[in-house]
Amino acid sequence: METAADIRTREHSRLRFAFDSERFLSTVFLLPAVVYIVLLVGIPFFLAIAFSFTNATVGDTTLHFIGIENFVRIFRTPQFRRALFNSFFFTITAQIVIIILANILAVILETDFRGKWLARFLIILPWATPISLGTIGWLWIFDSKFSPIDWVLVRFGLLGPGTILGPSKHLTFLGKEGLAMAAVIVVQIWRTLPLATVILLAGLSSIPQDLLDQAEVDGAGFLRTHFQVRIPLIMPIMSVALLFGVIFTFTDMVVPFVLTRGGPVYYTQVLPLWAWFKGIEGGSLGEGAAIALFLFPVLLAAAIFILRSARRAEVS
Amino acid sequence: MSEWTRYLKRTVLFGGLGLFCFFAAAPFLIMLINTFKQDADLYRPQNNPFIYNFPPTLENLHLLFLNTNYPVFVRNSLIVGVLVVLITLVVAIPAAYSLARLAGRWGEQAGIAIFLVYLVPPTLLFIPMFRMVTAVNLNDSLWSLVMVYPTISIPFSTWLLMGFFKSIPRDLEEAAMVDGYSRLMSFIKVVMPLSLSGVVAVIVFTFTLTLHEFIYALTFISSSSNRTISVGVPVELIRGDVFFWQSLLAAAVLVAIPVSVIYVFFLDRIVAGFTMGAVKG
Repeated sequence: METAADIRTREHSRLRFAFDSERFLSTVFLLPAVVYIVLLVGIPFFLAIAFSFTNATVGDTTLHFIGIENFVRIFRTPQFRRALFNSFFFTITAQIVIIILANILAVILETDFRGKWLARFLIILPWATPISLGTIGWLWIFDSKFSPIDWVLVRFGLLGPGTILGPSKHLTFLGKEGLAMAAVIVVQIWRTLPLATVILLAGLSSIPQDLLDQAEVDGAGFLRTHFQVRIPLIMPIMSVALLFGVIFTFTDMVVPFVLTRGGPVYYTQVLPLWAWFKGIEGGSLGEGAAIALFLFPVLLAAAIFILRSARRAEVS
Repeated sequence: MSEWTRYLKRTVLFGGLGLFCFFAAAPFLIMLINTFKQDADLYRPQNNPFIYNFPPTLENLHLLFLNTNYPVFVRNSLIVGVLVVLITLVVAIPAAYSLARLAGRWGEQAGIAIFLVYLVPPTLLFIPMFRMVTAVNLNDSLWSLVMVYPTISIPFSTWLLMGFFKSIPRDLEEAAMVDGYSRLMSFIKVVMPLSLSGVVAVIVFTFTLTLHEFIYALTFISSSSNRTISVGVPVELIRGDVFFWQSLLAAAVLVAIPVSVIYVFFLDRIVAGFTMGAVKG
């Protein structure tokens, strides 16, 4: 005869079985992702740090610990110091321009008008395109002989003999220090602006309409509403947009690779590109790893800020 | 508001919008125009670069498809893209479900940790990765890309799908389980059909990611016939003294436009993932 205690045990074991299988299922489901990430992100990440203290090269498979020699050596080269400066300079300049333009663009795109889908499509194009291919278009636009910009300037009498921009009929954008830097920054802005705009748009559309109506009733004009109501409300989202922009620009090497290869001389060199030239093309993995490691503090800071602002956004 | 200020406002608005659209689209326009330009037209500095001064030609496309490795790049990119999408789905869907439903309180924390992995950029990892790829003898093989790309797509896709699964009411699954489905079956029969749009967003995100990715493809692959589009076009078609500019620009724009068209439809979903679900767009 089955006692009450027996029934309880049976119930209990069935519950335990269900609990166990759920746990089992959750482990089995999660395991492949964890293994993948540990093997192919975790290990390379620690190797990246380890390599920077060794003399690892492409051809040689042995590793020797050489302390901070790589760091001392890379710091001695002007290319590295310039790359370090450029990485910060390009990122900060581009992000300042992007956040201003994205604000304007998001406000424009928030209004209703016919053909909005087309405008949206065109504006998103640069972000959706593989950047190495988009940059090829810019390579032609900045060409030393056939640049369409040169042609327009000559046509309007701004470039060529006896004009304000000088006697030459070509600006040779990618051949001069200042212009080449500007060119790299412009392409970075071109490419990242859509992301910031779309993120800001999402933020703007999440503002409750009655808040804006209230501001209008209270007599606030457009600018007042924008700076005192909208911007404070979308601040957390705006900082997320900004930080993604920082990460994507700071760690990117495609634009300078395709556009200038770091030139003229090394005036548009950036950290990730210099790491590639040293580590892969030059074969000195250790030095390359040491250069790439300089990306890490900025990444870490950006990641922490993203987490904090996302959390703030959830609360509000 | 008076008629006049409304008119002024619209002018400023559309003027601004026009400038932005021009800035965004100009490179594509130039690429598209040049795709069909004759040499004699393109290489004369005094010619108007925005119109056809000579009749357009298809010769550049002939050159691109018949005399370069471009079709091979496209094929390679498709192979890598499809395989990476499959791996990503197989790994990320269960992981996301596990974090959203089964893991309990620490699921949220683990989800954020996985998202942070997405922020680790290839430019930080490519040097040790190169060593690891060499160690398993996948140098100069498409398989190296198939192996490595999911490290970028899995974290982001898991995060995106986690949000999807969370938005599906638990009651639905519980009802299915009361009806006798196991947890696994209720996931397959109830949750998956409701999450299709999330899965499609992940497919689009992952596929475009494999097309965009540059640094790993540049580092691991050395022979022309194994290149993918993003590296093959700028590296193989530019090198040498002769720039076949029209074909090069055609190669870029032919990929850029279709990829963008697909991507644009799913951008909002993907961006919602970026903002960590803080904005429900």
